[in-house]
Amino acid sequence: MSAAPETSAEYIEHHLTNLTYGQHADGHWGFAHSAGEAADMGFWAINVDSMLFSIGLGVLFLWSFRKAARTATTDVPGAWQNFVEWVVEFIDESVRGSFSGKNPLVAPLALTIFIWIFMINAMDLIAVDWLPWLAGLMGVGHLKVVSSADPNVTFGMSLTVFALVLNYSVKIKGLGGFFGELAFQPFPKWMAPINLLLEGVTLISKPLSLSLRLFGNMYAGEMIFILIALMYGGSIAMGALGGLLQLGWAIFHILIITLQAFIFMTLTIVYLDMASQEHH
Amino acid sequence: MNFNATLIGQSITFIIFVWFCMRFVWPPIMLALQQRKERVAEGLAAGERGKHELELARKKALETLHEAKQQAAEVISRAEKRGAEIVEEAKNEAVEEGGRVKAAALVAIEQEVNRAKETLRGQVVEIATAGAGRILKRELDATANDELIKDLVAQI
Repeated sequence: MSAAPETSAEYIEHHLTNLTYGQHADGHWGFAHSAGEAADMGFWAINVDSMLFSIGLGVLFLWSFRKAARTATTDVPGAWQNFVEWVVEFIDESVRGSFSGKNPLVAPLALTIFIWIFMINAMDLIAVDWLPWLAGLMGVGHLKVVSSADPNVTFGMSLTVFALVLNYSVKIKGLGGFFGELAFQPFPKWMAPINLLLEGVTLISKPLSLSLRLFGNMYAGEMIFILIALMYGGSIAMGALGGLLQLGWAIFHILIITLQAFIFMTLTIVYLDMASQEHH
Repeated sequence: MNFNATLIGQSITFIIFVWFCMRFVWPPIMLALQQRKERVAEGLAAGERGKHELELARKKALETLHEAKQQAAEVISRAEKRGAEIVEEAKNEAVEEGGRVKAAALVAIEQEVNRAKETLRGQVVEIATAGAGRILKRELDATANDELIKDLVAQI
């Protein structure tokens, strides 16, 4: 921590600020030292911590799964291969259950989403102060470990999924078919404007709900961890209570991080399925 | 919530990851799973086949055993019959042979008896003649003794 935060508000704010690299107001490039400075950098700045953690975890995921894939044999599988196969079969089953069409993209997409988000979320279980403290020792001011508590990350994924949805909608239903689906239901054709409005909202809500749900859950979870961590600063009794609470919340959070990854994956499959289905 | 270029960076990263997963991770694992499934199915089928074959072999073995038993029984009964026949034949032959031997012996005995009779008769005649001679010498009553001698000779 750069300048040891004193008040609770500062502590919380410090923990919820990304390490942002961008152009300062005076024109030079560098890391932002506060949330305000980061906001002033405008769009052309980048949250280095979010990128590092998400890419690092993604690479870890792909590397380890690739290892299992390369050595995959039909003989008795090893422990890791067994686990990977279990996950893959689980994803495959989910995709088969929800996606009616045939598309070689959907299953790998679902696998990537599930494991990647799960791993990113799982960073939440590391005590909130450890990694920022280590980073502080190395002279890095801010560090937000849970990338999915950064809306940029969740929106980056959900917008990509949305682009895929639009792409397949147009590709499979045709531009006219897609427009028809938006304009000519649920009400008769002459009410097209109202239909457009309703269906437009439905359409836009897909990426919004995807990313905001994940972001909101992880942000709130992180916030609660931070609040619990604040208790360690109080008396011994408060600290002990805090420890107990943290343990309980962490155990509960294991459920949340898995559930959120699963929901993101399942909704992606469902949205893509809807995009691939032709209505007549 | 302030949005910045991280959004774009994340999207690109995401696309690359999905592409990599789709290209290098998913297909080999699915292939391995598919192949293992086939192998397991094959193994199960082979097991089923083996069981079936075992059942057939067991049936065949039972049949063969049964047949062998029947054949053995047949052989034994034939052998018994043949044995009985041989015994019968031997018995008949023995009886025949015995008859032959007995007949020969009877003939020989008869011949011997006749010969002995002849010899005896001769000797009796000699003795009788000698006896007669001696009697004649003593009594000289040839006519009285003649009848006696005849009697003697007839008795022999």
